[in-house]
Amino acid sequence: MRAVSWTTGVDRALCMGSGMCAGIAPELYRLDDEGLAEPLAADIPEDERALDAADSCPATAISVRAGQRLIGPRP
Amino acid sequence: MTVTAEQPVPYPFNEPDGLSLADAYQAALEEPGLIRVRLAYGEPAWLVTRYADARLVLGDRRFSRAEALRHDAPRHSEGSQDSGILSMDPPGHTRLRTLVAKAFTVHQVEKLRPAVRDLAHRLLDEMEAMGQPADLVEHYALPIPVAVICRMLGVPEEDRPRFRAWSDAALSTSSLTAEESERNRQELRAYMTGLVADHRRNPRPDLMTGLIEARDTGDRLSELELVDLCDGILIAGHETTATQIPNFVYTLLDHPEQMEILRKSPELLHGAVEELMRFVPLGSGASFPRYATEDVEVGGTLVRAGEPVLVAIGAANRDALKFADPGRLDITRTGVQHLGFGHGVHHCLGAPLARLELQEALGALLERFPGLRLAGDVRWKDQMLVRGPREMPVGW
Repeated sequence: MRAVSWTTGVDRALCMGSGMCAGIAPELYRLDDEGLAEPLAADIPEDERALDAADSCPATAISVRAGQRLIGPRP
Repeated sequence: MTVTAEQPVPYPFNEPDGLSLADAYQAALEEPGLIRVRLAYGEPAWLVTRYADARLVLGDRRFSRAEALRHDAPRHSEGSQDSGILSMDPPGHTRLRTLVAKAFTVHQVEKLRPAVRDLAHRLLDEMEAMGQPADLVEHYALPIPVAVICRMLGVPEEDRPRFRAWSDAALSTSSLTAEESERNRQELRAYMTGLVADHRRNPRPDLMTGLIEARDTGDRLSELELVDLCDGILIAGHETTATQIPNFVYTLLDHPEQMEILRKSPELLHGAVEELMRFVPLGSGASFPRYATEDVEVGGTLVRAGEPVLVAIGAANRDALKFADPGRLDITRTGVQHLGFGHGVHHCLGAPLARLELQEALGALLERFPGLRLAGDVRWKDQMLVRGPREMPVGW
């Protein structure tokens, strides 16, 4: 049993549609018809690439949480 | 679907003098399928001109930049096209990109805005003191991004004449031989290696020190990757912005009614910068080919695994399927999703910084010089990956 699962979200007010996240982790993020990013699912496996996507986002629009704790973008 | 390989046409299409988009692009935008092109060196390639196709090729993992190093890649000059981080795919690319991404987020670069604004005004003070005409490139467009990237990275600004020559050569499409480009590359590496050594002895609060720490304590990149990443940031960090500042001014002077709207409504500045990014076809020709790693249909053409694709961003930004009346400059457009900074994992690292510099540079110039005009012949860069004035005498 996994004690903590990760969740991720994209702040669409900040997103500038660079396509970084969908390029780094296409299994986790995609671009919608408006060209903005969205997670394929809010609940995600513990995948380092979600943190990479959050770190790489030029708009700091991606957040990753372990339970309630914000773990991405990393400080 | 077009599957036959036609006879490739010579490429690039754009003329180096001026900023117009070649007619051949317009024709390509209206025809279905991709076109076959041949560059001065390397194998023929598919050329993408439409917006949706451009987003697909730039954003999809089935297209690889790293594969270009294993082929006789289409290119404008003889030398090898290993462009460091720009020649890598995830996950190697992600490893390097995450080391530097934080320094260039919208949130981080916004802190630099007051300093960039002060710098712009100080340079305009100096131009006024010098008298007109003054070269906008030498006295305004170059010093702004050079000063900003030098401070961020930790490079002495006064070395500008040295690295300007290396930067010119790195972006050259001219008849530099492979040996000449290699020598240039080695000189730039030697220069940066010296700066890295100095930073190791005397750490300071800049990006180079941060990267050295990532190498020395985290082993997250090799010494050569460290040096090449700094080289890449120095060159990419100033050349394109320094070119686009005069390009935007030139374009606005060519569209006086748009200039007037912007002067009367300075709150339109940020949108105007996005529209200018869309409208100005910066590149002399598409570069940095992507190789298909499996068969992919792109815009009605079957691209086979192992074939290279070039993306003409300037043409995609004029695609009528995406932008209404695409050939018209309209600074009041909103939500302009141009591809001027690219798309996907190689989306310009410095995009938020470039935007800020372009906004502040253009804003200060329009505010201070209401009578801004060309005051002599523009001399254009020749045989460079980017187009723009090398010299642009202005009066006010």
